[in-house]
Amino acid sequence: MRTARFAVAHVPGLVLSGSKPRRDIQAAGGAEVRAALCGALRSFEGAVGYPPHQVVLGTLAPEALREIPRPWHLQPVAGARPEGPGGVMIDELGFHAWLARADTARLVQFDETFAEEVRARAGNLQISTMGAADLRRAIERRAEPLYLGGHRLIGVVNPAHDEDESLAAPVLLENLAAKVTGALALRCLLDGAGEDPRAAADEPVDYLIGCGEEAVGDRYQRGGGNLAKAMGELAGVRSAGAADIKAFCAGPLHGLLMAGALVASGVWRRVVVVAGGSLAKLGMKSRGHLVAGYPVLEDVIVGMAIDVVADDGRSPLLRIDTAAVHRIADGTAPHQMAQVLTAAPLRAAGLKLGDVDRYAVELHNPDITEPAGSGDVPARNYQMIAALAAQAGEIARSEVPAFAEAHGMPGFSPTQGHIASAVAYLHHAVAGLTQGSFSRVQLVAKGSLFLGRMTELADGVSILLERNPAGESERRAR
Amino acid sequence: MDLEEQGRIQRLVEAGQRDRMVVLLGTPNASSTLMIAMTLTQGDPSFAGPLAGVPLGLPVYHILEDDVKKAIPADVYEREVGPMEFVLDKPGIETALAKVRGG
Amino acid sequence: MIDLRDRLVLALGERDGIPAPALAACIESVGGRVVYAATECFV
Repeated sequence: MRTARFAVAHVPGLVLSGSKPRRDIQAAGGAEVRAALCGALRSFEGAVGYPPHQVVLGTLAPEALREIPRPWHLQPVAGARPEGPGGVMIDELGFHAWLARADTARLVQFDETFAEEVRARAGNLQISTMGAADLRRAIERRAEPLYLGGHRLIGVVNPAHDEDESLAAPVLLENLAAKVTGALALRCLLDGAGEDPRAAADEPVDYLIGCGEEAVGDRYQRGGGNLAKAMGELAGVRSAGAADIKAFCAGPLHGLLMAGALVASGVWRRVVVVAGGSLAKLGMKSRGHLVAGYPVLEDVIVGMAIDVVADDGRSPLLRIDTAAVHRIADGTAPHQMAQVLTAAPLRAAGLKLGDVDRYAVELHNPDITEPAGSGDVPARNYQMIAALAAQAGEIARSEVPAFAEAHGMPGFSPTQGHIASAVAYLHHAVAGLTQGSFSRVQLVAKGSLFLGRMTELADGVSILLERNPAGESERRAR
Repeated sequence: MDLEEQGRIQRLVEAGQRDRMVVLLGTPNASSTLMIAMTLTQGDPSFAGPLAGVPLGLPVYHILEDDVKKAIPADVYEREVGPMEFVLDKPGIETALAKVRGG
Repeated sequence: MIDLRDRLVLALGERDGIPAPALAACIESVGGRVVYAATECFV
């Protein structure tokens, strides 16, 4: 596993199109909700300086969040920039420019003033424009409005078909947002900014594996998919084939597993696992944030790209031989999941739970989840793993909190589902396993399949990342 | 509990045999336990859903309660609940249930 | 001790607590019947 890159699109105006805000605004008392949300949106500077976002960008270690008093939005990082070794952040203008680039079906229209601003920033793009009255008429005919910062209407996304629910404007906007953020992350990875020049060498990408949670299709094939191919096209990749893996939040780790298997078996030389972010989850827990007097913290859509190549003597090894998947017969209670995904594969690999330097579990930012009553998700995961260590006799019960602290980290990921599930840590994992002192990191992701009402089952995948032994002997020889 | 779920449960209960019905919760902490237990006994405390002001009066139990644990074979309980007895907030959950039952 | 035998049980589970399938296994092991099962996920 060579590298992971993240693209964080700060889109406060699109919070109004998030699933929960949209429903709350359409319900009784919706005008007050809308006004409250609009009054609590962050500026780009606020989002850039937000410590958890700097962790996603790779400029701050997750462990550093322990030294920063919560709530973190009150402690902006001084001198913070919208880029880092782990990725980039873009503002609303940048996002909408990419939206225009991504709009192959010509459904997006901006007002002329905004179109000018986009052109000034992004050069001469093909942008379709409409006057204000036409925009309002389009919205009446079920186009999805696009707002900048909550108040300023700057355009619309039109439906692609009046009678096809799968091509309704909100669905298309959601899919375009995923396409854009995934393509941006892919572009960031391929540009290799700030990286080892050996890695940036332009080996062609052979295959893209998409693993986001959007559904791309039309009424006859609602989840047809392969958004990965569209992302690759937008990112300027021409050499690759592509396909999507759908597995709720466990998608990326299933994707990594398959990417590793394809490369290890020699089918392909370079596979990139890619995902866009979730527009639907914008403002998901904003009610709790407003009550707590926080700004709307769920104002970013995050895409990611992970580069998987054959052993290069340096990059961390993806131990697909120790990978674990939750099987149909396995139980789905938290302790049963932890047994299947953590205890069992480590035991099979001859390892103790304490042999893993860091567990990358569900890394949701607790400042986002706690005001909404959902608790601290990473902390619960680490408690469970530490309890397993005690159960296995590795540590005493009294040492459980210390184990959780030593092998865990504070949550920092935006609540973007599949992004928060282990992979948000990947840039730091690679750093720790190359420049740092880590020997092993276990990635653990879980998927709530039962939400789709096709099964009561849950799902999960875990994979071990290991320091490359060749790199180790090279280090010792110096 | 979202509004749709309140509606589904209400219809199920009103369809008949409510005397045989019992709720068993698997909530992880005190606040979620209190919220659901209130909704299903006295009515939706947020007054937003179909069960606002509708006391269903269903008996509500939680899987971590001692009285429930005793009713289940030890090997089944160990397999399905096991260490969660210590990982979840059992005292908080018991307090929440007492509040709902005692009034 | 409560008696779940022949009872109609609404199993309201949570992913981060005890999910519905685990509740159902407990209920069915003592002759109860699950008439409603749901698991919540808040992330």
